[in-house]
Amino acid sequence: MNLLEVKDLGVQFDTLDGTVNAVNGISFNLKAGETLGIVGESGSGKSQTVFALMGLIARNGTTTGSIKYNGKEILNLPEKQLNKIRAEQISMIFQDPMTSLNPYTRVSDQLTEVLIHHKGLSKKQALIESVQMLDAVKIPQAKSRIHLYPHEFSGGMRQRVMIAMALLCKPQLLIADEPTTALDVTVQAQIMKLLSELQQELGTAIILITHDLGVIAGSCEEMLVMYGGRVMEYGNIKQVFSQPAHPYTKGLLHAIPRIDHQGDQLTTIPGSPPNMLRLPEGCPFEPRCGVALDTCKNVIPTLQEFTDNRYRACHSALEL
Amino acid sequence: MDRPQNSLLIVMYVDNIKIQTLADNLSDGSEIEGRSLWQDARHRFFKNKAALISLITLSLIVLFAFVGPQFSPWDYEEIDWDAMGDVQVLGAPSFASGHYFGTDDLGRDLYSRVIQGTQISLMVGLIGSFIAVVVGTLYGAIAGYLGGRIDSAMMRTVDILMAIPFMFVLILLMVMFGRSIFMIFIGIGLLSWLDMSRIIRGQTLSLKNKEFIEAAIATGVKPFTIVTRHIVPNVLGIVVVYATLLVPGMIMTESFISFLGLGVQEPQTSWGALINEGARTLQNGTLWQLLFPLFFFITTLLSFFFIGDGLRDALDPKDR
Amino acid sequence: MNNTNELLSVSDLKVQFDIYPKGAMPWTSPDKLKAVDGISFSLKEGETLGIVGESGCGKSTLARALIKLIPAHEGKVLWMGQHDILEASKTELLDIRRQAQMIYQDPLASLNPRMTIGQIIAEPLITHYPKTKKEDVKKQVQDMMLKVGLLPNQINRYPHEFSGGQCQRIGIARALILNPKLIICDEPVSALDVSVQAQVINLLMELQNELGMSLIFIAHDLSVVRHISTRIMVLYLGNVAEVSPANDLYENPKHPYTQALISAVPIPDPVAEKNKDIILLEGDLPSPLSPPSGCVFRTRCPKTQQLCATTKPALESNDSDHFVACHFAD
Repeated sequence: MNLLEVKDLGVQFDTLDGTVNAVNGISFNLKAGETLGIVGESGSGKSQTVFALMGLIARNGTTTGSIKYNGKEILNLPEKQLNKIRAEQISMIFQDPMTSLNPYTRVSDQLTEVLIHHKGLSKKQALIESVQMLDAVKIPQAKSRIHLYPHEFSGGMRQRVMIAMALLCKPQLLIADEPTTALDVTVQAQIMKLLSELQQELGTAIILITHDLGVIAGSCEEMLVMYGGRVMEYGNIKQVFSQPAHPYTKGLLHAIPRIDHQGDQLTTIPGSPPNMLRLPEGCPFEPRCGVALDTCKNVIPTLQEFTDNRYRACHSALEL
Repeated sequence: MDRPQNSLLIVMYVDNIKIQTLADNLSDGSEIEGRSLWQDARHRFFKNKAALISLITLSLIVLFAFVGPQFSPWDYEEIDWDAMGDVQVLGAPSFASGHYFGTDDLGRDLYSRVIQGTQISLMVGLIGSFIAVVVGTLYGAIAGYLGGRIDSAMMRTVDILMAIPFMFVLILLMVMFGRSIFMIFIGIGLLSWLDMSRIIRGQTLSLKNKEFIEAAIATGVKPFTIVTRHIVPNVLGIVVVYATLLVPGMIMTESFISFLGLGVQEPQTSWGALINEGARTLQNGTLWQLLFPLFFFITTLLSFFFIGDGLRDALDPKDR
Repeated sequence: MNNTNELLSVSDLKVQFDIYPKGAMPWTSPDKLKAVDGISFSLKEGETLGIVGESGCGKSTLARALIKLIPAHEGKVLWMGQHDILEASKTELLDIRRQAQMIYQDPLASLNPRMTIGQIIAEPLITHYPKTKKEDVKKQVQDMMLKVGLLPNQINRYPHEFSGGQCQRIGIARALILNPKLIICDEPVSALDVSVQAQVINLLMELQNELGMSLIFIAHDLSVVRHISTRIMVLYLGNVAEVSPANDLYENPKHPYTQALISAVPIPDPVAEKNKDIILLEGDLPSPLSPPSGCVFRTRCPKTQQLCATTKPALESNDSDHFVACHFAD
């Protein structure tokens, strides 16, 4: 059974400048213990998708569609039930750890509070478990450093504290929203290794959101390519990287310089990402697409399975 | 890996086509007018109903202050000897006698006096904030931009001026140089810019670290030009919001002084003086003497507050 | 050394910041933060020097000290073999700043939101040639817009009406309008979307081919730096770890820090990425307020020995262009 089934999810925001269709009918499944990567540029709706999963959509937003967690609908669940799921089964880590760590409270208090509140542990027991968790995320001298304030940790250590906090209740699903974007490459390598080790140990499923195709390549099994609030391509990463089926994925893979060989001129995708206030009528990628047909202008392509477990949303002829 | 190469060629080919259309567009040559942030803000402001209604109300009040005298048979200092004998009855508001708002206890036409008071009060508010805007903005921007010792000296001067009990000095001035509207302008003008300069200095400090200021310095633009070209236009939004909120403050200060009996000289009047009179004669049963000036006073103040609020929302939409 | 085509020659540049500890009395002496600690390098005309390093390594400070946006504490920056920028008079400095321009990281923040594109691009021109006729300014601005791939009829629009990539083009146009000899690019693509980064990199390379200026390209993304640079300098905690021609550095890194840095960069290819060995560095960057003695990298270095703690390694090379600051380089 799938741990998570997202079907036809949509997120709209009402703003003074008009309606923003941030996410337009995306669907995907996630099995327990699996890692799904979501790639996309800014404004592609990748963050709003997981915010919808967590019930964290801003107040001027509305969500449609369905999100089933362990077979149970969790979209638009009342706050109280959602809180229970959020705390015990789905956790999230953010790009900037300071957004979810309280700068005025000691790390020890923030960690133990979670355990005392949700697992009903005694204060002493909670502290012991918290230290164990900090040890697990490889924070040196966890026993003494647990009493520090968040700002006394370095960026990489802070992200470790975040991960520790997210994993305290041993969630089944961890959502990581650009967890390493603010970090240096050497620290990024440490954090990504830590995440994959913890995943093997605890069997947590992970949704990893990033704009960095390299990070996805190193840690995911499946990937979802988003553009203009829609899924462009979905499939196993090895296949998507070696035989991209959507013009956007193709363009993206050829537009990034690689460290392992010095290429010639980079091939670019012309134009800029779409304005979410004024999305094209048809395929959102049409204005920048090299193989666009006339139908692409007015008909939105649907996500279709073209071979075993590989999906794409494109009108043009399939070329692998 | 042959095929992706193939489709890449197509991407590049279409890129060329786009360059061609770009060139075609050029020959067209017509320049596109940009929409400045001010135009955007105006667009958003006019969508805010409360602010728009307040703006209309305020315009009507200003219009009333200038056109109103045309419709009154009475002058503001003219005494209606008939009404004076029995103000409670003959001085009541009526169209027949030409006293639309009634008369005061000396038999002077309240309609004309309210107009006169409106003129004075609005003038106090506008001139006070005008001084605050010009002096405060430049002073704060220069202090903030230059920084260091000069900044310290300039801001300590402001601190010292702020420490002087403003109301006390104003009253002292009135007593020494006699009551006149001119003294009120001087007193209010001298002190109104202090807060403004502090706010602008703070804004300048944060602007100073923006990259476009650094770009200007790196190009070799002179410091004073940087202040006038890059800093002042960018703090103007806050200046406008603060100035609209300052106007009612000024009006209130003047009213308070007039309420104490120290403001404008008879037979001239202002809202504060009128309200004072109205309150004093309340036990005579001439309720209109209080209600008409009070209505204008409150309506104007509320309008300014709503306009200020609307402007703030319109000028920085992100901070909502 | 051949001095004729050397645009910039930097020797032993040091930048220090005074940090006053929190709550200290006014008379206590401040802590010294050595942001740039004795860096020497040279830049030839038409060359692209990439500067890489992690946050806090001093790369942005170095760039700003070169054109005196941040005062340097010690050292020399020779411009075209003649003027020392650090001791230049006001007019000399103005002249050098005319020939050395900057491009910034945040495309939108580097443009004044209240000015039109035309005004922004024209600003350097008007500052240095105030007598230029209005029509000439406009013509030059429009030519430049065309050159960087913007439609000249958009001259009256405002920055917020453009996307990030287009804003970066505007920044490039502003830097190029005076036909400078040097452009310092401070992380010019790191704030851009992946699909747009390539456009800006290509544009910079094309313009360099056409106009022949030198570039100093600062970035933390090693893949981008490899793509654009002819030579690369790796910084760590205000010190140079390694300088080498680009390909040589990636094929044959000699400093343990460079090796770790390169191995940590993720490759967008699942097969290559899963098979590669990552040299994981232990711990965090030490505080620049109290850098380690001797070699600054020794606290995280897998090869560290007694000697590293006592003696600071000099930047040396045994063959030609490849310089390393390590006692035990490969």
